[in-house]
Amino acid sequence: MSEQQLFKVTIDNITIEVPAGTSILEAARKIGGEVAPPAMCFYSKLKGSGGKCRTCLVEVSKGSEKDPRPMPKLVASCRTTVMDGMEVKNITSPKVIDARAGVVEFLLLNHPLDCPICDQAGECHLQDLSYEHGKEGTRYEFQRRKFKKYDLGPYIQLHMTRCIMCFRCVYTADQLTENRVHGVLDRGDHAEIATFIEKSLDNDFIGNVIDVCPVGALTDKTFRFKNRVWFLKPMDAHRDCPKCSGKVTLWNRGEEVFRVTARKDEWGEVEDWICNECRFEKKHSSDWVIEGPREISRHSVISQGHYVHTVTPTETFKAVNDGRAPHLLLDIHTESDVNKPEIELSLINGPAHSNNFNSK
Amino acid sequence: MQALTNRAKQVERAPMTFIEQLYLWNIVKGMAITFMHMFKKQPTIRYPEQKREFSPVFRGLHVLNRDEEGKERCTACGLCAVACPAEAITMEAAERLEGEENLYREEKYAAKYEINMLRCIFCGLCEEACPKDAIYLSETFTPADFNRKNFIYKKTDLLIPNPTTDAQGFAAAKGLN
Repeated sequence: MSEQQLFKVTIDNITIEVPAGTSILEAARKIGGEVAPPAMCFYSKLKGSGGKCRTCLVEVSKGSEKDPRPMPKLVASCRTTVMDGMEVKNITSPKVIDARAGVVEFLLLNHPLDCPICDQAGECHLQDLSYEHGKEGTRYEFQRRKFKKYDLGPYIQLHMTRCIMCFRCVYTADQLTENRVHGVLDRGDHAEIATFIEKSLDNDFIGNVIDVCPVGALTDKTFRFKNRVWFLKPMDAHRDCPKCSGKVTLWNRGEEVFRVTARKDEWGEVEDWICNECRFEKKHSSDWVIEGPREISRHSVISQGHYVHTVTPTETFKAVNDGRAPHLLLDIHTESDVNKPEIELSLINGPAHSNNFNSK
Repeated sequence: MQALTNRAKQVERAPMTFIEQLYLWNIVKGMAITFMHMFKKQPTIRYPEQKREFSPVFRGLHVLNRDEEGKERCTACGLCAVACPAEAITMEAAERLEGEENLYREEKYAAKYEINMLRCIFCGLCEEACPKDAIYLSETFTPADFNRKNFIYKKTDLLIPNPTTDAQGFAAAKGLN
């Protein structure tokens, strides 16, 4: 036996050995796949996160080897540590599936469902969660909460209507920056993320709250409405940054860099925090050393039209036609108004407006 | 070789008799079929005097819809473009400025919206994907043209007339007169 005590835990009939003190959620993530419960508020890189959203509820059908009684209620797997011989049911328990559908309904009570407008659509955890675990309708009949959109500093846009109160951004600001200026104001149903009298967030690492936000409540203002994420090509890139690791994902259209985000792992969690300069100010591909296209899960809409491991056949027309290029009947760029070279959307600070298009 | 099914039939390859070789009976049979067609209903329609009715599920030229107050419904969410199997749709979004509320329904709208009619296969998936009821396939054809560049349909070609300023045009586009 090694120095650290290993506990044997069975999740959905799959047994795994994990060190003592591991949470059920992290043990399930080690197995991977569908066994891992979804998590909206838990973030393994943030200390103290979790236990708020209740989407990771699991049934413990056997407490441990010494005390085999099942736990009386469903438990939050991100906050419950494993015991030796514990048996956990996640997707094999109808109780869990039912409870999760209820949790999704609760999370969506005040969510405006403005996905067609929201920049997070396509990479939104709440979208994935409600597709996988939610029910089609809601029983809520009242007005949803309404907020105006706030500017948190020059780069971050806060849409409080979309927030699910996961507290991730608060923990990020607490643990990554020296002094946090935003937090949760008010209580219960009135609780909201806000800065005191709309103070701007201007710490060097505050941009990470955008990546951490599971919904579209905190979004990148430099990318606002520029393009949909599934039309962009995610590319791994890095640069020498004195402040951070400099390892990022660029979201390109052609050579244009539309957005810079941190690299995210299979659980949607940031691999390395990146600084504001990398995220917001380096919008030229010349600023970056590009490593290659990022692997995107086949099940994500972002992978749409991104073909991997394909070989482009060489153009044979010139070879068989005495070096003459094929005669184009219509070059689409001469006619199309979209993607005009003189309007560089990625360099406009903030969303494009009608005057951006009309002036040219 | 073992047969995959038991439905295979042996082909009869007996040589034709002299009577059969004359093909007389077969010729008579064929003529009778031709003659019978003279009494059948004619499927030909004398276009353009007569026009065939469209099927109720006919999918023709696209229309970008407006709501009752004449605001554009499209928010440039890109779902039509991602659903399009021919990749005919492209767009660029912009944010609504203050004072443009009478033009656009939501805070984001399509500043540019193009459908390449040379690529479009009129499958109607854009219409199905649209969450805002903004794009519809109407009951008209895309008109023929001599020039390829005229098949790049822009927002001006696709938008339905504004019901508040051009009620007549709107009614005509809806086929209400």
